[in-house]
Amino acid sequence: MNTVIPFLQVMLSVCLLLAGPAAAAAPQAVAERELANGLRVIVKPDRRAPVAVTMVWYRIGSVDEQNGVTGVAHVLEHMMFKGTKTVPPGEFSKLIAAAGGRDNAFTSRDYTGYFQTMHKSELPLSFRLEADRMANLVLSPEEFAKEIKVVMEERRWRTDDRPQSVLYERLMATALTAHPYRNPVIGWMSDLENLTVEDTRTFYEQWYGPNNAIVVVVGDVVPDEVFALAERHFGGIPRKTLPPRKPQDEPPQLGIKRLTVKVPAEQPQVLMAYRAPRLQNPDTDWETYALDMLQGVLSGNDAARLPQTLVKTERMAVSAGASYDGVGRGPGFFYLSGTPVSGRSAAEVEQGLRREIRRIIDEGVTADELERVKAQVIAAQVYQRDSMFFQARMIGWLETVGLPHRALDLFVEKLQGVTSEQVQAVARKYLVDDRLTVAYLDPQPLDSVARKPAPPAGARHGN
Amino acid sequence: MAIKITGTMQRMAALILLCLAQPALAILPIEQWQSASGAKVLFVANRDLPMLDVSVDFPAGSAYDTREKSGAAAMTRSLLRLGADGLAEDEIARRFADVGAVLGGRFDPDRAGLHLRTLSDPQRRDRALGLFSRILKAPEFPADVLEREKVRQIGALKEADLKPDTQVARLFYQMVFRAHPYALRSSGDVDTVSRLTREDLLAFYRRHYVADRAVVAIMGDVSRREAEAIAEQLTGGLPRSDGRVQPLPQVESLAQGVTRMVAHPATQSHILIGAPGIRRDDPDYFTLFVGNYILGGGGFVSRITEEVRQKRGLAYSAYSYFAPQQATGPFIIGMQTRRDQAGEALAVVQNTLREYVRKGPTEEELRAAKQNIIGGFPMRIDSNRKIHDYLGLIGFYDLPLSYLEDFVANIEKVTVDGIRAAFARRVDPDRLVTVVVGADSDRTVMTPAAR
Repeated sequence: MNTVIPFLQVMLSVCLLLAGPAAAAAPQAVAERELANGLRVIVKPDRRAPVAVTMVWYRIGSVDEQNGVTGVAHVLEHMMFKGTKTVPPGEFSKLIAAAGGRDNAFTSRDYTGYFQTMHKSELPLSFRLEADRMANLVLSPEEFAKEIKVVMEERRWRTDDRPQSVLYERLMATALTAHPYRNPVIGWMSDLENLTVEDTRTFYEQWYGPNNAIVVVVGDVVPDEVFALAERHFGGIPRKTLPPRKPQDEPPQLGIKRLTVKVPAEQPQVLMAYRAPRLQNPDTDWETYALDMLQGVLSGNDAARLPQTLVKTERMAVSAGASYDGVGRGPGFFYLSGTPVSGRSAAEVEQGLRREIRRIIDEGVTADELERVKAQVIAAQVYQRDSMFFQARMIGWLETVGLPHRALDLFVEKLQGVTSEQVQAVARKYLVDDRLTVAYLDPQPLDSVARKPAPPAGARHGN
Repeated sequence: MAIKITGTMQRMAALILLCLAQPALAILPIEQWQSASGAKVLFVANRDLPMLDVSVDFPAGSAYDTREKSGAAAMTRSLLRLGADGLAEDEIARRFADVGAVLGGRFDPDRAGLHLRTLSDPQRRDRALGLFSRILKAPEFPADVLEREKVRQIGALKEADLKPDTQVARLFYQMVFRAHPYALRSSGDVDTVSRLTREDLLAFYRRHYVADRAVVAIMGDVSRREAEAIAEQLTGGLPRSDGRVQPLPQVESLAQGVTRMVAHPATQSHILIGAPGIRRDDPDYFTLFVGNYILGGGGFVSRITEEVRQKRGLAYSAYSYFAPQQATGPFIIGMQTRRDQAGEALAVVQNTLREYVRKGPTEEELRAAKQNIIGGFPMRIDSNRKIHDYLGLIGFYDLPLSYLEDFVANIEKVTVDGIRAAFARRVDPDRLVTVVVGADSDRTVMTPAAR
């Protein structure tokens, strides 16, 4: 769950036209159909191996949660493996395994996805089981009581005992005031402790339906056969009336925000998040492409500016980087981060990062730097065709955040057209203090933690 | 079922699944030869995508470190690309990036090497390979770069040393492997890394990065003739070994069980249980692979996950595996659980293991395991990257070239009795190392070996 795919990676998909010679197997066209109940089916044939990746994406994630029930989208993802009217708990994975398949699921801010990778002849099994749990999930209190404990263990493991995860979680909770991206996908611990099976049922009944889902299949398949199979298994599931989605827009930021996170750790760290635009119109939103190239120039390769300057030349940081998260249903962010070498401070690294941004605002970037990032874009979109799973993931991701998967074809072309002036312009416009939240990790010794006994299993905390 | 044969991976998967009765068929197009340099080369041509994967591996992993200079192996490998043949590190990084090439590679106790992924058009490919060759053959290990990398490495080690997952793994390997070099931390320790010198790296490089111990794996859009030239370009000119490198020593089995509890304030206890397991060439390899799938390797359908997670909600992740290596690698069971329930989780896993070693799997479990592993075989070889990884593995560990062809038949042969007997030989529930980091206080308990 909670996978943040860096924006650049998305840009680096498909579109073989630019890939150079030697393209022995041209990528097959993507085919798409919408069933009468609103289910969309997207198929990308890839005949390199007799395998099919099936993904069912629901346009529902932590962004759709209400206060007090954060984490419910992800808990429901776990419960989707706990049985239906005809398939007992645990049986789903057993049936997939017996067919040679692998299955799992992921939850993010914007979407929840389920996947199986199998021999292509097993596609009917995938569809039968996915269609079944789209409509017939059984949410039992007994299974919920066990699984919510698993999710709390997952939270401890992913976040509570990891300094960098805590830093990111608290940064987001500070950077945003109203928009639900401020909540962690896995949910706050207190909300998990108080979540009920009824909460998951409400969420399931509201949001899980064919008109809120997209089926993506990549593999050695024939689109018309996949469409027919989808019709057979999913076609009978009735359309749902989906609740309205409130925009929950973030109000404008009124000045820089700063926070300190004191956790047991050895090295300090600085993490900076600038509010930045998100991609809405792939044809005309040149700023997002320019921000993406800015990210590439700053940290897209070992010779990029941040590792070159702060780590190798000046040696003030053990690591330094940038990332841009500009694809999503909510606000975008441009991040800078750095870890100082022993004896230097997070504040010094922050000054170093700011100076590098200042240089770009004042002087722009060189043609060489842009060409280098563009060369990587072209190569990466060939390399990514080596993975069916990744191709399916890109299609589903874009579609669930409201972008057409065909925009993938545009990205490479648009990135090739970005100029130094555009990179300079977006740095000047967006990397400014009034859009910035800065978090410092202030390392504490291990023995500073006064550990209270953990609450008994399943206990409710009042709050 | 009509099977359309279009490409390399299609052909391999289809024929392997169809030809179980004819295991001798040479259907896998793996080619192997020895380069003039003395290097072993494995090659599969695949023209589906305009790209190429090339790796060069040496027996130069952390097991070839000494206790005093632990970390030299890792530092040697990571400095290869940070200055070579008159090119500074930034120039090397720029040149790879300019052609869209990606240089990665593997480092583990046995193997150290580099892996280049590049587009296959001759212009980009030749530039990337030329650079790769200079890095392998003329690294400079600049003293100034080494000093910087030591500072970075020491910072990372100190950070890692606070973490319960690092602490549990370090103790586990020390207690399982004791005097054997597999006990050494792959990246070295703070004190040994801080003592490393340029001469140490040069000596390690000269001794271990030798042509006649190199394994070159090539997968992708080139011809056999081109592959031959590439292998020679990358390894020709490397010295031959001087015959003084000793093979890795044998791993001694544990005399008794021991449990170590370590205080740590984390919210979860991190638990590892295990012992020396098997070597890569062990005749029980496939039996234990299938047997472990049932015990703790099969994800949601394994016994350990069923008992620990599905039935009791005690952990998000609970698993077991054998890590077969050149010498005997570990058998490991691992999980993380809320600190106050570590004792309960431990008891559940111990009982599950004991029961499994005593009785073995059921026929039904074995059937399901075979269905998954055999039915899932096409997914083991459905990308250039996965096939390339197999080439490196087969070459390095001297596995038969028919390894993939025979895979399904080898799984098919496994029996319930075979699993029970192999586990009885390899895993003694009374002689295991157990480490729990995240306890309230430090404690060590020995278990008598005989019962």
